[in-house]
Amino acid sequence: MAHNDPKEIVVISGKGGTGKTSITAALASFFPNKILADCDVDAADLHLLLNISATEKHDYYGGHVAEIDPDKCNSCGLCESLCRFDAIDVKEGKYAVQEMSCEGCKVCVDACPEKAIAWHPALNGAWMKSETKHGPLFHARLIPGSENSGKLVTFVREKAREKAIENKAPYILIDGPPGIGCPVIAAVTGAHRLLMVTEPTPSGLHDLERVLQLAAYFKVPSYILLNKADINKDYKEKTEKCAAQYGAKFIGSLPYSTLFTEAQLKGVSILDAFPDSEIAKELKAIAENLITHLQEEKQC
Amino acid sequence: MNIAIASGKGGTGKTTFAIAFFLANQERSRLLDCDVEEPNVHLFLKGKVVKEEKVTLLMPEIDNSLCTNCGKCVTACQFNALALAGKAGVIIFTELCHSCGGCALACPEGAIKEIDTEVGSISTTLVGDSSELTTGLLNIGHSAAPAVIIAVKKNKPIKEVAHRIVDSPAGTSCSFVASVSKSDYVILVTEPTPFGLHDLALAIEGIRELKLPFGVVVNRISSPDNLATAFCKKNDIPVLLQIEESRLVAETYSRGGTLLDALPHLKQDLRDLLDRLSGVI
Repeated sequence: MAHNDPKEIVVISGKGGTGKTSITAALASFFPNKILADCDVDAADLHLLLNISATEKHDYYGGHVAEIDPDKCNSCGLCESLCRFDAIDVKEGKYAVQEMSCEGCKVCVDACPEKAIAWHPALNGAWMKSETKHGPLFHARLIPGSENSGKLVTFVREKAREKAIENKAPYILIDGPPGIGCPVIAAVTGAHRLLMVTEPTPSGLHDLERVLQLAAYFKVPSYILLNKADINKDYKEKTEKCAAQYGAKFIGSLPYSTLFTEAQLKGVSILDAFPDSEIAKELKAIAENLITHLQEEKQC
Repeated sequence: MNIAIASGKGGTGKTTFAIAFFLANQERSRLLDCDVEEPNVHLFLKGKVVKEEKVTLLMPEIDNSLCTNCGKCVTACQFNALALAGKAGVIIFTELCHSCGGCALACPEGAIKEIDTEVGSISTTLVGDSSELTTGLLNIGHSAAPAVIIAVKKNKPIKEVAHRIVDSPAGTSCSFVASVSKSDYVILVTEPTPFGLHDLALAIEGIRELKLPFGVVVNRISSPDNLATAFCKKNDIPVLLQIEESRLVAETYSRGGTLLDALPHLKQDLRDLLDRLSGVI
């Protein structure tokens, strides 16, 4: 029944700028019949490497926002005293909701004795479906500063999953967000495997350890890929040790290469820009290694 | 003045820049690491930790002897942090809780008590003689990054100084807003690549919504005429400083060294920059 239960492989890193998106785009060449998703919804870049066409775009309403009707408000101040998010502004005795701070908890709406607070769905951004030469891509754009980034991540994952089931695609390859907070938690919970892209630097290692702890917390097994492996031998060894300590499988390393930036400037993946390069061969070996691991694992 | 360092895209050199900016102006500034999901400043600035505090949020606890399983708290919660689980009563998912207090207000039986729950911590490190680094750290498995960021910004320093430099998280979501809001100026650090530029535009959209003054530092340039400076010129955005691409910077960084170790001439530029910014405001 494997084809009915697509496996989500989520690429994360902890630290930003380690090469998640460039590597996701490159790996896309090697996975047969898969769906792509970009869950870095507040700084989504994967589409910049995939030459997208035929984009469908839909508004995304993730939560709600409160609005005070000044004609009904008697300035009692109860909403302000109950709001835990400093989202009620008071100017010259007039009360108003500061939209960017409102988390949509509804506490003020229910508490207002004058029923002066309305409750609107909040437009948080948009989600898109695009065609690429590597298959369908689901992506999104959070309105900068908007709430509900985690909900939008979950939404994009669900859309990709529906399509994977429809296409009988065995894999969903997901570009994840940096960090370990709300959007990352939304991207990794319930995923099949994580692919952590890291670099041999003090920050890369520190942040890798935090995502490995997060993966352990949510019980998702991980693979590790070391990018820019040749810039520091000492930290390369430390990274390998760290991977072993957390039981994460080390699936390969790549050298520092300016070809990634050159491919970015051409708007395609490194595989499409430089198919005969040394690094393309190394990526192929890593992808084959990854796919072999995924296929060998027993279904539970 | 309060200066936030942000970027949109991760890995453009925010933290590297923030540390150098702080070190160049050490006697008149302190540094706050508000990238609470992945704080990295402490890896580069060694010092003595002199203060450690917990960051707590009020989260619900159900008194099962009073709970009648009516489900009003579950309906009130907008974040799916509470669920009715048959005989087990109401269960709580603390990682989803936003600490709004709505469930306790909705409970007709007074069965919900809110208790302080640790979501992160703050530490203060003395760097050199007396300058301070304040670091926020989000606990693994919690989504309350903005709450930890706000706590770092409210944390009282041991000694007040003229300037506060805030290293912000990547992205443009609520953590970014919590970190940059109420700043006097925002410095956006970018790199001259399509990703850098795309995410810089998103960050600018967020900063404009917040009505904050800002300028751009272009990191890792191979030429003074590049994608990022062209974008800034076209959109009338001040370019504050350009930093050249160099293998030496990358190697120094990978050994835990700072930008000023690799490029000491930047120290005067960074002192001048702070003078200029404090003159503008």
